[in-house]
Amino acid sequence: MKIVVCVKQVPDTAGGVKFKADGTLDRAAMLTIMNPDDKAGLEAALRIKDEIGATVVAVTMGLPKAEEVLREAMAMGADEGILVTDRVLGGADTWATSTTLAGAIRAIPDYDLIITGRQAIDGDTAQVGPQISEHLNLPVISYAEDLKVEGDSVIVKRQYDDRYHMVKAQMPCLVTALAELNKPRYMTPGGIFDAYDTEITVMNRKDLVDVEDKNLGLVGSPTQIARASDKVRKGAGEVVNLDPAESVAYIMGKLKEKHVI
Amino acid sequence: MDFTLSKKHEMARSLFKEFAEVEVAPLAQETDENEQFPLETVKKMATAGFMGIPVPKEYGGQGCDPLTYTMCVEELSKVCGTTGVVVSAHTSLCIDPIMTYGTEAQKQKYVPDLASGKKIGAFGLTEPGAGTDAQGQQTKAVFDEETNEWVINGSKCFITNGSYADVYIVIAVTGIIEKRGRKIKEISSFIVEKGTPGFSFGTKEKKMGIRGSATYELIFEDCRVPADALLGQKGRGFGIAMHTLDGGRIGIAAQALGIAEGALEKTIAYVQERKQFGRSISAFQNTQFQIADMATKVQAAQCLVYKAAMAKATQKVYSLEAAMAKLFAAEVAMEVTTKCVQLHGGYGYIREYDVERMMRDAKITEIYEGTSEVQRMVISANVIK
Repeated sequence: MKIVVCVKQVPDTAGGVKFKADGTLDRAAMLTIMNPDDKAGLEAALRIKDEIGATVVAVTMGLPKAEEVLREAMAMGADEGILVTDRVLGGADTWATSTTLAGAIRAIPDYDLIITGRQAIDGDTAQVGPQISEHLNLPVISYAEDLKVEGDSVIVKRQYDDRYHMVKAQMPCLVTALAELNKPRYMTPGGIFDAYDTEITVMNRKDLVDVEDKNLGLVGSPTQIARASDKVRKGAGEVVNLDPAESVAYIMGKLKEKHVI
Repeated sequence: MDFTLSKKHEMARSLFKEFAEVEVAPLAQETDENEQFPLETVKKMATAGFMGIPVPKEYGGQGCDPLTYTMCVEELSKVCGTTGVVVSAHTSLCIDPIMTYGTEAQKQKYVPDLASGKKIGAFGLTEPGAGTDAQGQQTKAVFDEETNEWVINGSKCFITNGSYADVYIVIAVTGIIEKRGRKIKEISSFIVEKGTPGFSFGTKEKKMGIRGSATYELIFEDCRVPADALLGQKGRGFGIAMHTLDGGRIGIAAQALGIAEGALEKTIAYVQERKQFGRSISAFQNTQFQIADMATKVQAAQCLVYKAAMAKATQKVYSLEAAMAKLFAAEVAMEVTTKCVQLHGGYGYIREYDVERMMRDAKITEIYEGTSEVQRMVISANVIK
């Protein structure tokens, strides 16, 4: 069994978001991490590998620096890493990104399952995974809370508003994973050393299969980010110590005051 | 000469840091307060591969170098000195001598379980009457030719990981020999397993710091171990113990470094939050100069500790580097934690604040695995020739 996991190196927003003067993210000023949903997807793949055996291939698209996230994936247990990088791929939106990743995945022989994170914490679109499945003409199951392999199919517990769906799909297919799926394992020190002794496969534009230049990079991106800004911070909350009846009256008063009720 | 860490070492550090912050830091207070050995953390560290970092892969270890192991002890100790010393004593004082002096059979028997963290290791040299003066050993091992066993009698004290450890390196007197016309004790080393009849645990010590670390007395009463429990050649125990301590000192130096770094980090955050006379106390020049001095000394300690770790990887003898690293890092840890408590003012004296624990934890690094005075003896003997 071969599982392809798409991982993205993203700015660590836990340390605060930094912007350049033009309003775009200052990625160089922020520490980077593996996108949490992707990490859960990788863990799900590694658990399948532990249980029934599988080759896990981590794929990322980005600047050459993004190889770090592949080393991390390999230090956790992925067998191979593929970095898709080329100047012509820069500035890609979700359409151009999914086109690129699909082109890279077409070059990987005999895969059974593709796992991506639901969404990345820097873009929050949740579009790339499902788009890849469309490009590859594969079934997609999104929002996986749980994932099991049964014969030639996967059974996914799919998160829904107030319930969940159990969905079964025949492989090859694509699943998008939620960070809640599992608690990802730590890298091991030996895994880190091995990861740095392992060659990473680098793919350029010319290695992508069945893609057209008009769908790649900035020129192939129908959407553009006009501006990005930090969230408006909420003020400090108010702590009120009253008995239950007074508390209810107090809250009702506040809600009326703000015209909520 | 390049002081930059390689990418693999940087990534290893980020792993140790994340693990320490997520798994170890939340338990540090209660580990100290309840004198509770961090067994659950040890299990997690075993899964993450932290219990056999410098051990070759063929013996179930991680196949990394001493520098990686040193950074692990450093990062753990930044948040919890107890957790740091559990790993250090296990790796440096138990696995290392077996890997260095053990027969192939002994390595195969003990190292995979130790390196994977299934078993914990410890080292017994110190006795009530033999600390710095290791020749003062009273514990005896007598060979019984009829049963082909060694019979050990005596006791060891202040043994880190005591009672929780499964495998113990025990130093004992195996006879009297003549050396340069003087009669001296012949000392040998043994591997003793927990559960061996005649081997029991005495008092658990109540300590000033590293209170979660289990420090026990080991008692041997006609404890019989097989002939092949002898580690290294008969009569070479003193050398084995001293060489083992050279490695151990790098671990303790890393622990001291971590404690100093942890206290400094907490203090840098605190002085920026704490306001007096209408401004943050970091705006006062006294605070700034104290922080500057501490940061400089911590950096210097790190250079010495990493140099010693690298020397262990490339040199057969690294006593001088290890002694300098431990002496300096331990004294920096004590000085820095004391100043950090001072900068915290009254709050620094309260248990709720980490620096209070860190100051208590720092003191032992000037004492165990060779006091600072012993390190000075080792250094001067190497320097004055």
